[in-house]
Amino acid sequence: MKFDLEGLTVHFPYAAIYPEQHAYMGDLKRALDARGHALLEMPTGTGKTAALISLITSYSLTNPSRPLRLLYCTRTVHEMEKTLAELRLLFSHLPPAAARSLLALGLSSRKNLCVHPQASASAARDSVDTACRRLTASWVRDKAASDPDSTPLCDFFESFDRAAAAGDLASYMPPGVYTLADLRSLGRERRICPYYLARQMVKYANVVVYSYQYLLDPKVASIVSREMQKECVVVFDEAHNIDNVCIEALSVSIRKQTLEGAERNLRRISQEIDRFKATDANRLRAEYNRLVDGLAQRGNLPISDAWLANPSLPDDILKEAVPGNIRRAEHFLAVLKRLVRFLDGRLETENVENEMPVSFVASIHSQAGIDQRMLRFCYDRLQSLLLTLEITDTDEFMHIQTICDFATLIGTYTRGFSIIIEPYDDRMPEIRDPVIQLSCHDASLAIQPVFDRFQTVVITSGTLSPIDLYPRLLNFNPVISRSFTMSLTRDCICPMVLTRGSDQLPVSTKFDMRSDPGVVRNYGRLLLEMASAVPDGIVCFFVSYSYMDGIVNNWNEMGILQDIMQHKLVFIETPDVVETTLALDNYRKACDCGRGAVFFSVARGKVAEGIDFDRHYGRLVIMFGVPFQYTLSKILRARLEYLRETFQIKEGDFLTFDALRQAAQCVGRVIRSKADYGMMIFADKRYSRHDKRSKLPGWILSHLHDAHLNLSTDMALHTAREFLRRMAQPYDKTGSGGKKTLLTEEDLQDMARDAMEM
Amino acid sequence: MGTMTIGAKYKTTLKDPGTTGVLRMNEDKLAFIPNDPRSLMKLNVDFRTIKGHKFNKVDGSKPTPPLLNLSKDSDKGGGYMFEFDNVGNRDLCRDFVARVLGKHQGIVPPRPNAPPEKSVAAAGPEQLSSAEMERRMKLLREDSELQKLHKKFVLGNILQESEFWATRKNLLDDEANTASKQKPGFRSVMLADVRPSADGQTNKVTFSLTNEIIHQIFAEKPAVHRAFLDYVPKKLSEKDFWTKYCRAEYLLRTKNTLAAKAEAADDEELAIFLRNDDIVAKEAKLKIKRVDPTLDMEADAGDDYIHLPDHGILRDGSRETTDTDSELARRTLSQDLNRHAAVVLEGRKTDVEIADAKTVAEALARSKTETPCSSIADDASHERLLKVARMTEIEDLQAPRSLPYAPLCIKDPREYFDSQQANPLRPLGGDGRKARSCSLSTDDAFRHLMDQISSVKVNKLSCPVVQSNVALKVLNELNEGISRSRRLNLKNPQDSLLGRLPHRTRDELMDHWTAIQELLRHFWSSYPITTTVLYNKIQRVKDAMTQIYQKLQDIKESAQPDVRHEISQLVKPMTQALDAAFNHDLEQQQKSSKTGNKPNGF
Repeated sequence: MKFDLEGLTVHFPYAAIYPEQHAYMGDLKRALDARGHALLEMPTGTGKTAALISLITSYSLTNPSRPLRLLYCTRTVHEMEKTLAELRLLFSHLPPAAARSLLALGLSSRKNLCVHPQASASAARDSVDTACRRLTASWVRDKAASDPDSTPLCDFFESFDRAAAAGDLASYMPPGVYTLADLRSLGRERRICPYYLARQMVKYANVVVYSYQYLLDPKVASIVSREMQKECVVVFDEAHNIDNVCIEALSVSIRKQTLEGAERNLRRISQEIDRFKATDANRLRAEYNRLVDGLAQRGNLPISDAWLANPSLPDDILKEAVPGNIRRAEHFLAVLKRLVRFLDGRLETENVENEMPVSFVASIHSQAGIDQRMLRFCYDRLQSLLLTLEITDTDEFMHIQTICDFATLIGTYTRGFSIIIEPYDDRMPEIRDPVIQLSCHDASLAIQPVFDRFQTVVITSGTLSPIDLYPRLLNFNPVISRSFTMSLTRDCICPMVLTRGSDQLPVSTKFDMRSDPGVVRNYGRLLLEMASAVPDGIVCFFVSYSYMDGIVNNWNEMGILQDIMQHKLVFIETPDVVETTLALDNYRKACDCGRGAVFFSVARGKVAEGIDFDRHYGRLVIMFGVPFQYTLSKILRARLEYLRETFQIKEGDFLTFDALRQAAQCVGRVIRSKADYGMMIFADKRYSRHDKRSKLPGWILSHLHDAHLNLSTDMALHTAREFLRRMAQPYDKTGSGGKKTLLTEEDLQDMARDAMEM
Repeated sequence: MGTMTIGAKYKTTLKDPGTTGVLRMNEDKLAFIPNDPRSLMKLNVDFRTIKGHKFNKVDGSKPTPPLLNLSKDSDKGGGYMFEFDNVGNRDLCRDFVARVLGKHQGIVPPRPNAPPEKSVAAAGPEQLSSAEMERRMKLLREDSELQKLHKKFVLGNILQESEFWATRKNLLDDEANTASKQKPGFRSVMLADVRPSADGQTNKVTFSLTNEIIHQIFAEKPAVHRAFLDYVPKKLSEKDFWTKYCRAEYLLRTKNTLAAKAEAADDEELAIFLRNDDIVAKEAKLKIKRVDPTLDMEADAGDDYIHLPDHGILRDGSRETTDTDSELARRTLSQDLNRHAAVVLEGRKTDVEIADAKTVAEALARSKTETPCSSIADDASHERLLKVARMTEIEDLQAPRSLPYAPLCIKDPREYFDSQQANPLRPLGGDGRKARSCSLSTDDAFRHLMDQISSVKVNKLSCPVVQSNVALKVLNELNEGISRSRRLNLKNPQDSLLGRLPHRTRDELMDHWTAIQELLRHFWSSYPITTTVLYNKIQRVKDAMTQIYQKLQDIKESAQPDVRHEISQLVKPMTQALDAAFNHDLEQQQKSSKTGNKPNGF
């Protein structure tokens, strides 16, 4: 359908629209008009993505003079696929002339895009990257030019290179929507490298869909997103965890294995230097001269040579010459050796140490004789050296790279970081596993360049409550900050708080109660009763892997698991992604064929992060416990302290906020549309307390009846049966009783006319 | 049908070791000739004396020989018992006997006192398999009403057996379908998770494996399956194999990694059970390429540059660091659960009877080679695209894809509409159908219709098709009838029309009603009469209907005066239905007498 929104013609891919979507588009348009940032919370299952992309696409279509481009960031690749599918649907509803002018594509790593038969066969991402580099690095290609028989090259890359030189890459990629699979099949068909093609075409595409880190992690962003102009709208979808992504992008940890690997790397580098000295001394001399001239990076690198970029943010990178004492390769090597030895010494500690970067840098200076400027240039100097030495197997050199990342970060930043050295994991004190962790506490650091660079940044999710916290955490000023409620045609979500088991004893995952057999049994009985009453899919979320492992084993011993399997098949998330993916696929199959299944998953896990359990894939979600972070973690403690000092956010508040956003995120995955329905059970007595519960997003709270705040298993079962019976009745989709929950084109016209009259 | 000769043992009792010899059967007789010519156990029996056959169930659990018992009298149990070398031979024999018996019994009705129907048999005896026969018997046993009808008409020589069943094909088919198509899958219960049982006194644990469990183990752990095929019986005996397997399970269960490592080093066969299943891993690699992209987390891991080794936050409690470098499997319960559920979903591919571990293993291997190893993921795969589209669209914003109605299935639409056209006319003009014996050409009809429509347009429906006062009358009558019967029904169920009748009369009426329905069904289905068989059938059915008509009249006459009205009300639709049939018959006869002597030109 096509309608008019405050003077803007909006193309929407469906025949009707929810009032929330309409309001959402209105706010988004205002933000675009004001060229400011926006923070929008909209309940899951109300078609956020569809509303977003149709508004922004329509906006750029009506203002051809100001070509607006959309950078759509998703957390995961599968969300990327979903967004691209929605884009495809939208494009098919656009006027043909407009659709023919638009290009939308997804961008991912070589692992997901490579079509070279040998290179793509590797299982890990690093090895695909390295395999690619072996075939495409500039020196490899130079060598092949002189000696074509013994040096294999990648045909796909060669044809890309020829097309790029001829400037007709666009002919390979006519306008349209390209998912990762489309890119791969295009690459196979036209014999061109889809990865580099996508990397190049990103500059011309109207819509680019990629992962958060391509904008947030400076290591990747400065390679991939360097050439994006200001006229971009950046959207972070499902952004409730964005602060965690930001701080992770700037954190590094060093373990014993890292140091050992780094030493190996240094030995190899030193051999290489010796070899070059013997055969091609000019090359090292040329590098030295270049460094004297103040060129840390060699200017325009060929696209295939670029490796991960500087870990610090682009504005913080010094634009000056590399210090004299590390210009010579041998000298730099010696510095690195000293640094590794120093870190090794620090790792030998017996107790936990917590230090600020300033004092750590000072102790490096006094003990290893490396000053802050040298540390800061470590990354650039290493990069230059690796290129000079023509090193292709970058995955081998990950360790020394980590050390240099660490050095550059501590050399660059003095605030918002801390260095924590732990001799062992708190939960396994008997196993010695020392680690030096540089952890970033300030989420605003990584995201700041994005806010500065682009005119409009939209942060949106189903769970951004309390909405005033995010501008503080990320340090920005949104022009629009709004939380939408959901207008439901019928009460199609049914949240419940279960505080007691069938024996009326309280249930909780509080530390002192979680291993109590009574609680374990009560949780098991709850699931068993529900499995017998609820059709199709049930999803269970647990607070952590170890807790899930323990409770499932206990249920197995108690025989509860066997009873559950009488009703439904059981699938479990495991740390292995391949296995989990297959389990999910089978889970969907089991739901499709009507057998029904239960999926056990972990809050904060990979599954909770973006897999939808809508429609029959999830009629009930049970959240076992409150997913608090591991509060004894030193890193968390340090971060809480930083938040309290810098933003005056109380520890307890932050912890509760964090736990409840995870819980809300988990249960929010059951609803896809207003025609869908699902139940949510919060199974912990702590949810009945107001201070915890009130942190849930408004759209859940508004459906949480007072009568459902303190249920026991049998009462919950009764409620569930009632709910399912109610949902089985036919209903009027457009809503009744004056409140429209589904707007058609005519309704929108009426609304516009009313607004005009007023 | 021919004959059949097979080696067998003849036994007089179950305990009897039996006499070996040859069993020879043809359509009429069965003969047993012992190998030892001196033996007295010679048999020569007419199949007509055999009343039934029984066979025992053979499964792998007990060493029972396959037996077949041909009984002379189903009640007394006297008969001939044969033992066969294997189940296959027995089943061949059983089927043959069943066919022969079915043939004999198809002609001879099960009731011994019924007169033999020579004439019917001559018209074309049907060849019924015993299975078919059994199915019919079962249906009759289960449905007493059906049995009553069967008795009344088939044994009363009004309908033939085949005619009776022809209208009930769907009943038979349903039975047949449920019997054959459904294959039992794996059970949801995890059998492969064998639990040891300790007796509590000695340091001994016991594992018990059945064939069902072994089957599941093979399906869920292809490496064990492969090992079984490789080692048994060349390298290990079957018992040793399973002992080792249980030993490994026990080590895994007790999480005694050190002991497991030590034992695996000594014993390469045991190590197989402890190691990760490489076949499963290989399969996973293939399968992962075909999963729905909207849940492909593997692709996600491949795009993750934040969690480079040693980048990101390592120890914040959300991730547990695990060492995966151990060569021995750290097989967990979750992996087992996932694997089990996947296998259950895939379903049982083989439909062999589970006899013993060896056959199960071989059958499974066969089924695996049969299923073609499907090709690597096709990126342009239509199915994947569809899946994504389905996962993303918002269903209620969209007009429904297919309208939710079931198509009306009418074999010949003309017939249906003709009958519908006649219906509304009937209450109006008494015999409106006859009055309008139209002989218009299509052109005339069309013109007439157009005139009608234009006149409606001009007159604005001032002259409706149905006179308004008539319509009102009909409506009133119907309403009244509905409300009256509703009132009666609601007041007291016993007070309803049927409730007030004496029991005997009521039952009688119900019986007649079902009988009439059956007869009418046959009556109407035999038109137009094209063969003599149908003609004969009509005559028979008509006679039966006349009898019932008489009986109905009798009931009406003999009824008590206080219920006479109710009875006549009940009987009215029945007699009307019969009248309609008789009228039709009369018309047809008149017509045929006009055209010639032969009805409908045969």
